Amino acid sequence: MAEPRFRRDGAWVGASVPRREDPRLLAGRGRFVDDITLPGMLHAQFVRSTEAHARLLAVDLDEVRAVPGVVAAYTAADLDLADITALLDRPAHEFVPTAMPVLARDTVRYVGEPVAVVVAKDPYAAEDGVEAAVVEYAPLEPVVSDLGALAEGAPLVHAGAPRNTLVDVSLFATEGIDDVFSEAHTVVEVRTKTGRQNALPLETRGVVADWDDRDEQLRVQTCSQVPHQVRTVLARCVGLDEKQVRVTVPDMGGGFGQKCVVGREEIAAAAAALRLRRPVKWIEDRRDALTAAFLAREQRYTVRAAFSADGEILGLDADVVCDMGAYSCYPFTAGIEPLMASAEMPGVYRVPAYRVRGRAVTTNKAPTAPYRGVSRPQYVMVVERVFEKAARALGIDAVELRRRNLITVFPYTGVNNITYDPGSYLESLDLCEKTLRDEGWFSRRSDENRVIGIGFACFSERTGYGSGAFAQRKMQVVPGFDISEIRMDLNGTVSVTTGTLSHGQSHETTMAQIVADRLGVPYDRVKIVQGDTDRITYGWGSFASRSITIGGSAVAAASVKLGDQLREIAAHLLGGDVESAVLEDGGVRVGSSWLSYADIADVAYLKAHLLPKGVGPGLAATASFDVGGDGTFSNATHGCVVELDPGTGGVEILRYVCVEDCGVAIHPQVVEGQARGGIAQGIAGALFEEVRYDDAGQPLAPSFMEYKVPTAREIPDVRIEHLETPCAFTENGAKGAGEGGTIGAPAAVLNAVNDALRHTGVELDDTPIPREAIFRALEVS
Amino acid sequence: MKPAAFEYHRARSVAGAVGLLTELGDEAKVVAGGQSLVAMMNFRLARPEHLVDITHIDGLAEIRREGDTLRVGALTTHRTVEKAELGDFAVLSRAMRWVGHLPIRTRGTVGGSIAHADATAEWCLLAVLLEARIVAEGPAGRREIPAEEFFLGPFTTALEPDELIVELVFPHPAPRAALTEYADRKGDFALVAAAVDLDTDRIVLGGVGPVPTVVRGGWSSGAASRARAAAAADSLDLRDEPGISAHYRRGLVRTLVERAYEEAARG
Amino acid sequence: MIQLVELVVNGERHDLAIEPRRTLVDVLRHDLGLTGTHVGCEHGICGACTVLVDGAPARACLIFAAQVEGAEIRTVESLAAPDGTLNDLQQCFSEHHGLQCGFCTPGMLMLAEGYLAEEPEPTTEEIRDVVASNLCRCTGYQTIVEAIDDCATRRRAAFQDRLDRSAS
Ligand SMILES: Cc1cc2nc3c(=O)[nH]c(=O)nc-3n(C[C@H](O)[C@H](O)[C@H](O)COP(=O)(O)OP(=O)(O)OC[C@H]3O[C@@H](n4cnc5c(N)ncnc54)[C@H](O)[C@@H]3O)c2cc1C
Ligand code: FES
Ligand code: FES
Repeated sequence: MAEPRFRRDGAWVGASVPRREDPRLLAGRGRFVDDITLPGMLHAQFVRSTEAHARLLAVDLDEVRAVPGVVAAYTAADLDLADITALLDRPAHEFVPTAMPVLARDTVRYVGEPVAVVVAKDPYAAEDGVEAAVVEYAPLEPVVSDLGALAEGAPLVHAGAPRNTLVDVSLFATEGIDDVFSEAHTVVEVRTKTGRQNALPLETRGVVADWDDRDEQLRVQTCSQVPHQVRTVLARCVGLDEKQVRVTVPDMGGGFGQKCVVGREEIAAAAAALRLRRPVKWIEDRRDALTAAFLAREQRYTVRAAFSADGEILGLDADVVCDMGAYSCYPFTAGIEPLMASAEMPGVYRVPAYRVRGRAVTTNKAPTAPYRGVSRPQYVMVVERVFEKAARALGIDAVELRRRNLITVFPYTGVNNITYDPGSYLESLDLCEKTLRDEGWFSRRSDENRVIGIGFACFSERTGYGSGAFAQRKMQVVPGFDISEIRMDLNGTVSVTTGTLSHGQSHETTMAQIVADRLGVPYDRVKIVQGDTDRITYGWGSFASRSITIGGSAVAAASVKLGDQLREIAAHLLGGDVESAVLEDGGVRVGSSWLSYADIADVAYLKAHLLPKGVGPGLAATASFDVGGDGTFSNATHGCVVELDPGTGGVEILRYVCVEDCGVAIHPQVVEGQARGGIAQGIAGALFEEVRYDDAGQPLAPSFMEYKVPTAREIPDVRIEHLETPCAFTENGAKGAGEGGTIGAPAAVLNAVNDALRHTGVELDDTPIPREAIFRALEVS
Repeated sequence: MKPAAFEYHRARSVAGAVGLLTELGDEAKVVAGGQSLVAMMNFRLARPEHLVDITHIDGLAEIRREGDTLRVGALTTHRTVEKAELGDFAVLSRAMRWVGHLPIRTRGTVGGSIAHADATAEWCLLAVLLEARIVAEGPAGRREIPAEEFFLGPFTTALEPDELIVELVFPHPAPRAALTEYADRKGDFALVAAAVDLDTDRIVLGGVGPVPTVVRGGWSSGAASRARAAAAADSLDLRDEPGISAHYRRGLVRTLVERAYEEAARG
Repeated sequence: MIQLVELVVNGERHDLAIEPRRTLVDVLRHDLGLTGTHVGCEHGICGACTVLVDGAPARACLIFAAQVEGAEIRTVESLAAPDGTLNDLQQCFSEHHGLQCGFCTPGMLMLAEGYLAEEPEPTTEEIRDVVASNLCRCTGYQTIVEAIDDCATRRRAAFQDRLDRSAS
């Protein structure tokens, strides 16, 4: 193995310093999209389909335009915008694209689909206007489930997608896998259906757009995780050059993936602003956010696993169907979930034979986007159920069974052609089990008067997907790299751009820590510039736990380059040689003399004639970073203790332990925060949240009364233990830390509930776990 | 989610409010704490043309003990009741922990809960359990309506549109009463709620019918709480509904009645 | 139709001519420019809009501004000193990493501020119950509970300190 290139010799990386973003957010002085007011600003709302599937016969907006306060109202025909179409480089039998119109043109495909945009002097009048719209539908039979979509003779959501299938890939199919199964000592099968979820950033989506005559630009302020993608799609839809669109991102109240795709409403609102030459704001309300925003996670798994008598896993055979709703999202496409699940399912185990079929089906429901963890919460849950079931069938302790199968020798190249870099798979499991044992949970589990269960989840998570890894997915738009530009100003302060985009992850702090160590300046001398397409060359934004691994590496590389410049100038000014020049205490030491950064900057900007030959004025550098191989794998083991209430079927989480390894933690408190928040979202999926529809495709959870986001009462305290296996090929030794919590929690909770039910003979494999099923299982026993 | 337009009227007295309601007719609605009504207006599920704000009326937020009787003013908030020292009516305070969350309880009112008539609302169950009388004032003066006759259906009551609830009268103490409930998530309206009074031998259930449901005992006076709970559960006519079967609901009733008994016995 | 409304917010009087259907949270944010208070659901559940009305935490999305004439409204903007120095509660949130995106934070702060004023000696479980009033999608709540707990402890210690000093 190569020596890790990370460094932690400085004062900043590894320290839980006060967050730079805290003071403004705590004082109520943050600036979120809805906090922005521009002179003459108007407010948009959308007329939305009330039908799940229908032909649009007529959209009459005359009454709308007569409503007091309404300034304009547009249909698709009025705005005439190009469609949003995301592509994969795959043959037609593997992938069928969908053209998602900004406003529905002749067909509506889900309840809540935008049909017309109303622009008014305030949001109240805009809603008055929306109410006045008259839309005539010719209803078509809706497709409301994955099974319904695949059924013989099912109606088609898109004429071009036979069997309502948008993605259908069969991968790996290790030679002889059928023999492996027919000859195996034990074969277990898991069938699971996971509920549709909403990523649910507390701040809903929104945009403020206005045309600026002086800059000749459409300026768009929006809470997006991917501002450059918004620019590209918006420019294409309205027919402007990229340079005529500037997308900036203010403070953002969470995203979790829902905001890492391009939405239709921000395009429509911007198009209206362009046409009216007045600022237009759109703020999604919660009903729309719950019914018409991008959703995720509705998947069905049929997985068989073959084991030897002594508990060695011999093969995995999986069928995955993901209900992606009405359209492919941009840029990831409807392939996002099935391709993730298919590629990564063997996970932390040494699986010698693997076959998978992954499908995305289209239905008359709101479309889907990546959501924190993307498929991994689901397939990890399924694989961890596989191990629990196999343990029971084989009569081996489930933790022991995992131990026998975990990858322990790294780098390890799996049956899925992925190379795993070193991690602490076994160590994290051991520590997690030991922690729960030492806390006495295993003895409480044997208490006859209580129904207590303990569940584990082992997983790793590929983070830092470089261009190569995304290219394997055959995305036509291939994210991966990051570019950073760094600049030192006159008084020696630093500003640095990143193409990533913090919306809760604390990059203003953690990226500054990285720079601070590289340049030897306090972290509050470093300003992070993010979320502005005019100031950042090109950026992929923040998702897939890529920011610190890739963005942080680019920032580090740019800092090093700037440091080299500073050393060169200082050496020249102090009359020493560059090789002996070192960055120290906010300046450069050459031999026994020292020059502050401010002094060097003074020369670089104000006395350029003193610069060494060949060195231009100014202090700036640019660097980029990409992950060459298969990315880096963070890993963790979660342990969960639940108690069931036989009288109600209620579930209480008594204890939660997370042993995580994300390599070098730049800011341990931030890493813990990511883990805790992620675990809360995983628990939400396991026990509480589901977006359900009735048979007509009407959403059944239009408010927080029905969509049950857990509160502080339901989410337990989480004990976190850290292990550290530094990454060898990111600049800081860091691995991604954004998603892990969400990935492990559903498996840990589900396993714990099933462990508590062990005496009943009942096994529950679907989420969210119905309390009635628990009640019935316990009632019988 | 912005409400439709309305005209705002502020009442300064009960008579004034009744006068406004009479004058404005069907298109008018009272707003008290707003914790149910404003949410519905934001969804435009309610769209009154006139809103009569009664929160500025003095004297309607008092809790008075008169002998064995407890009178609770319509504008008393859930939070005030929760914090009050009510002696042998303490069941009222204890039950308030089930009503939404703190910021809901600081605004939501007793009168509003009763008028709103959600079949699982704690106040509706307590009123029926403790045989309260609802005091309403209309153009023809005051009348008292027994709680058991007040709730006619989901969100439907015996109140006339031009009547105002001014107070609740609880005629006798309930030192051995309790209310308990189950929901998957704390602070939610209950899936099933059960309230019992050991001294009157009454059981009232929420979530098993369109209104708070009184279960008439089919048990002997010496029956253990478990047997009473089972009898109460078995006496119900329940149907399977999407997401919850009759069997499960019945099971919840059995559990919650028994637990309410246990809590009531502890006092 | 327009209503004249006089509001007292953070000790300052404002005279407004507004439609009576405007909710308190919209008036605070968009008529008075106090954008620290947030909107997350407009039906009383998320708590992002929580402010103090006469000292008690309340949902500003479920109150019409016209209803609270004469009441004292306090928003998150009132917590820090004019020079930006954070108050003890805000500092505890920062120290315990009780916020990530910060969207729920103003509501959480006002909830805690109102609650601690009424109940200076809460148990951790009581704090947890109160925090359960509001939603946070980022933190998993633990650090919010810890921050409030810590603040309550510090306030009690400071109070005891004052008592001791005035006694001696
Ligand atoms: C998040 C949340 C959770 C909640 N959870 C619960 C819960 O668990 N249990 C529960 O019981 N409630 C719950 N509620 C509702 C709350 O208790 C309300 O306070 C109550 O339902 C209505 O009281 P109000 O004063 O707010 O009435 P308003 O909302 O002002 O009015 C409600 C209805 O009553 C009428 N009305 C009000 N006062 C009078 C009066 N004096 N005379 C005649 N008519 C009147 C109004 O016209 C309106 O139709 C919850 C609310 C929210 C937002
Ligand atoms: S916005 Fe008021 S509670 Fe959510
Ligand atoms: S910090 Fe993001 S919602 Fe609480």
